[in-house]
Amino acid sequence: MRAALFLTCMNDTLFPDVGIATVQVLERLGHEVEFPETQTCCGQLHLNSGYQDAAVDLARRFVRVFADSDVVVAPSASCVATVREFYPYLAEQFGDQELAEQIDVLAPRVLELTEFLVGRLGVTDVGAYFPHTVTYHPTCHSLRGLHVGEAPHSLLRAVRGLDFVELPGATECCGFGGTFAIKNAETSSAILDSKLENILATGADVVTAVDRSCLTQIGGGLSRRGSEVRTAHIAEILAATE
Amino acid sequence: MKPGFPQGAHAALRNPQLRRNLALATATIRGKRAAVTGERPDWEELRVAGASIKRRVLRHLDHYLLEFESSVQRVGGTVHWARDAQEANEVIVALVRRTGAHEVVKVKSLTADEIGLNVALAEAGIQPIETDLAELICQLAGEKPSHILVPAIHKNRHEIRDLFRRELGVPDLTDEPAELAGAARTYLREKFLTASVGISGANFGIAETGSVCVVESEGNGRFCTTLPQTLITILGIEKLLPTLEDLEVFLQLLPRSSTGERMNPYTSLWTGVAPGDGPQEFHVVLLDNGRTNVLADEVGRQTLQCIRCSACLNVCPVYERTGGHAYGSVYPGPIGAILTPQLVGTAEAGSLPFASSLCGACAEVCPVKIDIPQVLVHLRGRAVRERRSGPIERAAMAVAARTLKSPWRFRWARRIARLVQTPFVRAGKIERLPGGLSEWTSTRDLPSMPADSFRAWWKSR
Repeated sequence: MRAALFLTCMNDTLFPDVGIATVQVLERLGHEVEFPETQTCCGQLHLNSGYQDAAVDLARRFVRVFADSDVVVAPSASCVATVREFYPYLAEQFGDQELAEQIDVLAPRVLELTEFLVGRLGVTDVGAYFPHTVTYHPTCHSLRGLHVGEAPHSLLRAVRGLDFVELPGATECCGFGGTFAIKNAETSSAILDSKLENILATGADVVTAVDRSCLTQIGGGLSRRGSEVRTAHIAEILAATE
Repeated sequence: MKPGFPQGAHAALRNPQLRRNLALATATIRGKRAAVTGERPDWEELRVAGASIKRRVLRHLDHYLLEFESSVQRVGGTVHWARDAQEANEVIVALVRRTGAHEVVKVKSLTADEIGLNVALAEAGIQPIETDLAELICQLAGEKPSHILVPAIHKNRHEIRDLFRRELGVPDLTDEPAELAGAARTYLREKFLTASVGISGANFGIAETGSVCVVESEGNGRFCTTLPQTLITILGIEKLLPTLEDLEVFLQLLPRSSTGERMNPYTSLWTGVAPGDGPQEFHVVLLDNGRTNVLADEVGRQTLQCIRCSACLNVCPVYERTGGHAYGSVYPGPIGAILTPQLVGTAEAGSLPFASSLCGACAEVCPVKIDIPQVLVHLRGRAVRERRSGPIERAAMAVAARTLKSPWRFRWARRIARLVQTPFVRAGKIERLPGGLSEWTSTRDLPSMPADSFRAWWKSR
């Protein structure tokens, strides 16, 4: 299958390894990856902060950039949820019938990485090797937005050498929430405290998730505490080999 | 703008006792709710039915309100229409004055709290007595309720024992829950037997029959609605159901979602006046107070489906940390964050739609399927349009938008940011940032921007 990578602006600027890992996993499975270079951002930052004029412009951009792609794969549940759940809302709010129709066609083809691998391709063993104790934080948008369910777990369990440990209170938010983490920093940090305590209680040396944004919150808190526990995007674990 | 949510949360987050009380209480109710909703194979169908009935009521609210009015009149009650809090308070104060009473017994009512009824009564020389145990605790402590269903959730039993010893004149009281409830019972029983006016809210009003329904746990509601000579019920206009049959759905949804019980102990329904039995005078005050404006907004109107179960509070990671007072409103938690700004406007409550990480736990449990995250995002848009965000944020968002709309500006912005970050990077991470971004680095590090980019790697292949 020919898959267009939507890298997301966050990975584009801060976490190139997540994009590289995503490409490696998809190519290892025999798929052709294309990278439309004019892509930037899905508009989530502006949408969730209330700047809807900018958000709808970015939504129109996204739809234009990926219009010809058979399937769009993104290593981020929250960006995919923005496209699938909120683009129709934006089109409605701005009375943009053309955008609404384009979204109808495109949105079902925009998939989060683990959704694509397990849900669309039916693959759980991607041939990865990662000899570490790993716990998994199901991010809110993957869990309650996209309903990816057990897809990430089944991928992780098939990784050779990986010792999977369940995370207590897994379904609770990490407190990130985009600009929420800055506007309500104290509350965000108090929510993060519980998440970190649960992660540390697992004894894992790596915590993973399908969203680098939540991992930035979690990793930032772990680093501040001087913890040795590392964060890794699930794509990075799936790309790792012997 | 008033002090916003972050300021309100600040005090709560610094109170370890409050955080322990809240964490324990919300976890307990969460567990009970999950158990009793999980055991129903048709729970999802019940939710769909609840949402559909509420949507129908809102679609035809004009019709159901007039039907309700004529039904109440038919069974011997009087209906009063109140445009806002002031009108409602004036009506109620006048009704109480006419009876000559100086004391009224009250059933816990959010709607009465919303209009500040207790203050209005006190100013008129009428003493309101809260008869719900937790409301009584808040009233005696001179505090506002902090939870829709469990108003004193922020207090533990030691704190309540000390309060009762002081306020109810029972110096030997222990902190055994049964003893605490006993002390309140002794105090309240006398009030029930002497009061001539009862004031209640209502969970549901039935358009077809003119009946009013109160769902409660303690029996105080039954006392208040049956013993006094005069009963005054205040009802938000969105609380109507078409027929008695519709209660079937809601009497299953509400207790399971709110207290985590299969059935609540007391469900009281009364229909007008019956000679020689119960209140001989019955008044209903129908309150708008901003609800028509909520109804006018196509996205926001689903907020009016709310049946005040508070399931969304109990699963909310924000509410669990900050408690209800931080919201500065009668309606706290996720539902408050969408209802309050719509009722009072963004000038008053513009920070509330932002008091959420948009984690979606609220929408998942809502028994009437309100898409709370969607309404939050919608109201954030309204807050920004009405210029409730600061000038620095607006400027930053404008620059970000300009950058993200152009691929070459986006690429250059990355290069510039890599240079700008240099003085802040220590050993591959950033521990301190200036300005608004210091809010991030107050508790979290940030990885530095790496030298290599994905785009360079992609080109080099």
